[in-house]
Amino acid sequence: MTTTTTAARASARTGRPARTQPFWRLALLHARLGFLETVRIPIAVIGNLLFPALALLFFVVPQRAVADDPGSATVAVAQLGTFAVMSTCLFSFGAGVAEDRAQPFDPYLRTLPAGPGPRLTGRVLNGLLWSYFALAPVVLVGWLLTAAALDWLQVGQSVLLVVGVAVPFLLLGLAIGYRMSSKAAIAVVQAVLFPLAFAGGLFLPPEAFPQWLDVFSKALPSRAVRDLVVQVTAGVDAYPLALPVLLGWTALFATLAVLAYRSDEGRRFR
Amino acid sequence: MSARTEGAGPPVVEVDHVTRRFGPVVALDDVSLTVGEGELVGLLGPNGAGKTTLLSLVSGLRKADAGTVRLFGGDPRVASARLTLGTTPQETGLPPTLRVGEVVALVAGHYPAPMSTHEALDRFGLADLARRQTGGLSGGQKRRLAVALALVGRPRLVLLDEPTTGLDVEARHVLWQALRDYHADGATVVLTSHYLEEIEALAHRVVVVGQGRVLADGALADVLSLVARRRVLLTVPDRALPTVRSLAGAEVVDEQRVENRSLSERYPTQDDEQRLTLLAEDADELVRALVGARVPFRDLEVRGASLEEAFLTLTADQPDEGRAAAGRSADDLHDARPLAHATEGER
Repeated sequence: MTTTTTAARASARTGRPARTQPFWRLALLHARLGFLETVRIPIAVIGNLLFPALALLFFVVPQRAVADDPGSATVAVAQLGTFAVMSTCLFSFGAGVAEDRAQPFDPYLRTLPAGPGPRLTGRVLNGLLWSYFALAPVVLVGWLLTAAALDWLQVGQSVLLVVGVAVPFLLLGLAIGYRMSSKAAIAVVQAVLFPLAFAGGLFLPPEAFPQWLDVFSKALPSRAVRDLVVQVTAGVDAYPLALPVLLGWTALFATLAVLAYRSDEGRRFR
Repeated sequence: MSARTEGAGPPVVEVDHVTRRFGPVVALDDVSLTVGEGELVGLLGPNGAGKTTLLSLVSGLRKADAGTVRLFGGDPRVASARLTLGTTPQETGLPPTLRVGEVVALVAGHYPAPMSTHEALDRFGLADLARRQTGGLSGGQKRRLAVALALVGRPRLVLLDEPTTGLDVEARHVLWQALRDYHADGATVVLTSHYLEEIEALAHRVVVVGQGRVLADGALADVLSLVARRRVLLTVPDRALPTVRSLAGAEVVDEQRVENRSLSERYPTQDDEQRLTLLAEDADELVRALVGARVPFRDLEVRGASLEEAFLTLTADQPDEGRAAAGRSADDLHDARPLAHATEGER
């Protein structure tokens, strides 16, 4: 019972240590917290993990004209892979953040010696990790049951591209999660996710769109992301405005996320 | 102004003319409070008095609308200033799926020289539960884990908000002993409670908060004499009223005319009677005085006054004598524990 004596007094004499623990150490601690919480209730993520793979299995694999053509098959896998990352980000950052804010543990974490940076980075790391997990079944089905194929360079690029796909949608998720209660956030995430995915050409390729939808689609972040992913994986060039459109949305989502985070601080309890 | 440390480093906590509102509600109204190194301070007050708000400002969760809050001379909203701070989650808000050991390790990882998970759990008799998920703990075990989290980083200041609410007597005493041990190791402890008993068992200095203001602040015994009142009820004839009102150490807080004739026929008297309620600092002394003054009272009852009643009298009184006592006790502590800080965090 007296083993702390020396430490408590020693730190009292030497004055206060000026620095918090290293940024990445704290970020990893918080990533680990989020990961454990998610993995302990696997049912919460299983649907999210399996849905894109099941969509591939039921809607693409039986259509041999698509599945046996390396180009079309790769595009189909890329689209559903993009959807997997997008839905993981929106759910884990939108619904997840809103849920955490409702827990009394969240204000407690804010009293620990770690700023918002490491905590947010931990959340991002956790979101990225689950994005890769969500991607795995889609890629596996695509690799085993269709003619989709990537060379090793494309594999490497795709692994990095996941980060680029994740960022705008995790920012959108944060904007929703810090703005809304958890019940509202789940509804809003679903209301945003599916129209955005459909109109972005993640379920049906944009070639199947009517002219007006194709034009409208090109202004959406999901379409911009989809075309960039398809460019990297299947070699079909994206429309020229894809990157500017994506960057524009990313900037907007970032602004909304920061505003939502700021307005959240210290609002709920006395 | 409140007590200041002389020639030492910045005080552990310095709250300077702080006001905090929540919409139309003024939770803290121009509050000033200084806590020095090694003090064990109890914040006492009814629910909604502003205790939790005060702690949330010191722990950096909230910003003051006006005034400044300093933690070891730094801004508690800056993460590095909180390296020497330990707090507990509100109520029993622990992530239910995490294991006890995982939560402790998470918190410990934020501090430069934390206790081992085993040591932190062992202090609170939780060492056997390290592998349990927190959702499976009893209410008392959760409370003890919450306090263990406050201590695991070996903070120099521990803030505890209602640490033993809902605990049984035995668990409460285990927790108190752990806090006394930690304080004896050289730490500063500030706790809130609305149990007078808890404050009596732990605190050396007591700050009474009510309606967002500091009503009294002083050494335990001084504040207890202000707060620990007895409620004395008795029935006296009207002619004895002036005598009762003039007795020292008690005040009449309620008078009711006795209407029940049949009752008074058993005690025949020519006078009308009043049923009085008095708040007394010392009920025994009051009864002796009543007997000594030959007051013809009957139906004497003595009850413990609730804290709320005591606070009401405090709000009516002026709390200045309590404040003066606080200055003394705080200075004594600072003298006994000189600090080696060079920085001066005051404006």
